[in-house]
Amino acid sequence: MEDNKFEEVFEGKLAKNEMVEPKDWMPDNYRKHLIRQISQHAHSEIVGMLPEGNWITRAPSLRAKVVLLAKVQDEGGHGLYLYTAAETLGISRDELLNNLHTGKAKYSSIFNYPTLTWADIGAVGWLVDGAAIMNQVMLQRTSYGPYARAMVRICKEESFHQRQGFEIMTHLSFGTADQKAMAQDALNRWWFPTMMMFGPPDSESPNSENAIKWRIKRETNDQLRQKFVNQTVPQVEYLGLTVPDANLKWNEAKKGYDYSEPNWVEFKNVISGNGPCNKQRLLARNKAHNEGAWVREAAQAFARKRKEIYEAA
Amino acid sequence: MSDNQGPVWEIFLQKKAGQPFVHCGSLHAFDKEMALQNARDLYTRRGEGVSIWAVPSNAIVASSPEDIGPFFEPSNDKVYRHPTFYQIPDAIGHM
Ligand SMILES: [Fe+2]
Ligand SMILES: [Fe+2]
Repeated sequence: MEDNKFEEVFEGKLAKNEMVEPKDWMPDNYRKHLIRQISQHAHSEIVGMLPEGNWITRAPSLRAKVVLLAKVQDEGGHGLYLYTAAETLGISRDELLNNLHTGKAKYSSIFNYPTLTWADIGAVGWLVDGAAIMNQVMLQRTSYGPYARAMVRICKEESFHQRQGFEIMTHLSFGTADQKAMAQDALNRWWFPTMMMFGPPDSESPNSENAIKWRIKRETNDQLRQKFVNQTVPQVEYLGLTVPDANLKWNEAKKGYDYSEPNWVEFKNVISGNGPCNKQRLLARNKAHNEGAWVREAAQAFARKRKEIYEAA
Repeated sequence: MSDNQGPVWEIFLQKKAGQPFVHCGSLHAFDKEMALQNARDLYTRRGEGVSIWAVPSNAIVASSPEDIGPFFEPSNDKVYRHPTFYQIPDAIGHM
């Protein structure tokens, strides 16, 4: 088949809402776009373990500790599902990790903010996982098969993540005045960074058009952001807390809330490496990888030796 | 330093005894034991399976998408492989 014939088959698949599979022909830019998006997503899951891991040893009860451990372990799993999905596009795990460790690849800007108090663990589960779920529910129907299947598995696991975060917020918000203040403080710090997770406004989002055309994404950044605000505000009200946005108000005409845009200058600064924790996160990832090198080497040597013995016998 | 992650394995899970094994994803591991242990940790954290198959990816032989037409064609015109091809007298009822 000639190239344009292949292209026809590819376009036909998208038009019929069918999935593209690893061995199918796909345009180079589609492949590149997917590698970038899936690997960023994978890196976000892995780096996302750091701000929460920060509180495992200081969780206020044994119950809170086992819950947080299970949650962080799930995120590690999500990273691995996504790395293997990216690898089906012809990039190796080593290359993917190397891109993260050298700072060449990006991950979600949200994980460059610090988790200062226990309430932050509540806010992260509730808001950050909540925003991630909104995006991931959409991606369950993304056009690339391995990515979509990883998303289905991830979405099943995510719902407990958001609930455990909201439970922490509930305990604090209905607790003592100090605890409630702690919850409000966490909401104040996490609201706008969470809003940034959906990416720049549609008018300034360079990759959006292709992503929609190729059915990688099915909703735009602004649509998802609006959905998130609509879903979250009633939950804030239930907790008796206040969204740190003076412009937030219900708009009957659009059946949604009007809200302030996050500070996009701050967003650009954080993704280009100058957020509060960028350096710390990258150092921690490099340290873990380098200090784990002996484990990989030992496992490899063990497998090789056993194979030799087996073959000699 | 080459940072080897080990070969890729395809993982199949059996949900319940008696059911077929279904592909659920892949992972890296250096040997069989590690493949099974990693599969347990990665794909069965919530009782998703009672049995695991781990198969080295490079051992899998797959048909290619371009084959769809010619490769599966031989079965398309054999309607007599389906029960609906045959007429059973009304008097016999269900068969
Ligand atoms: Fe996750
Ligand atoms: Fe999560």
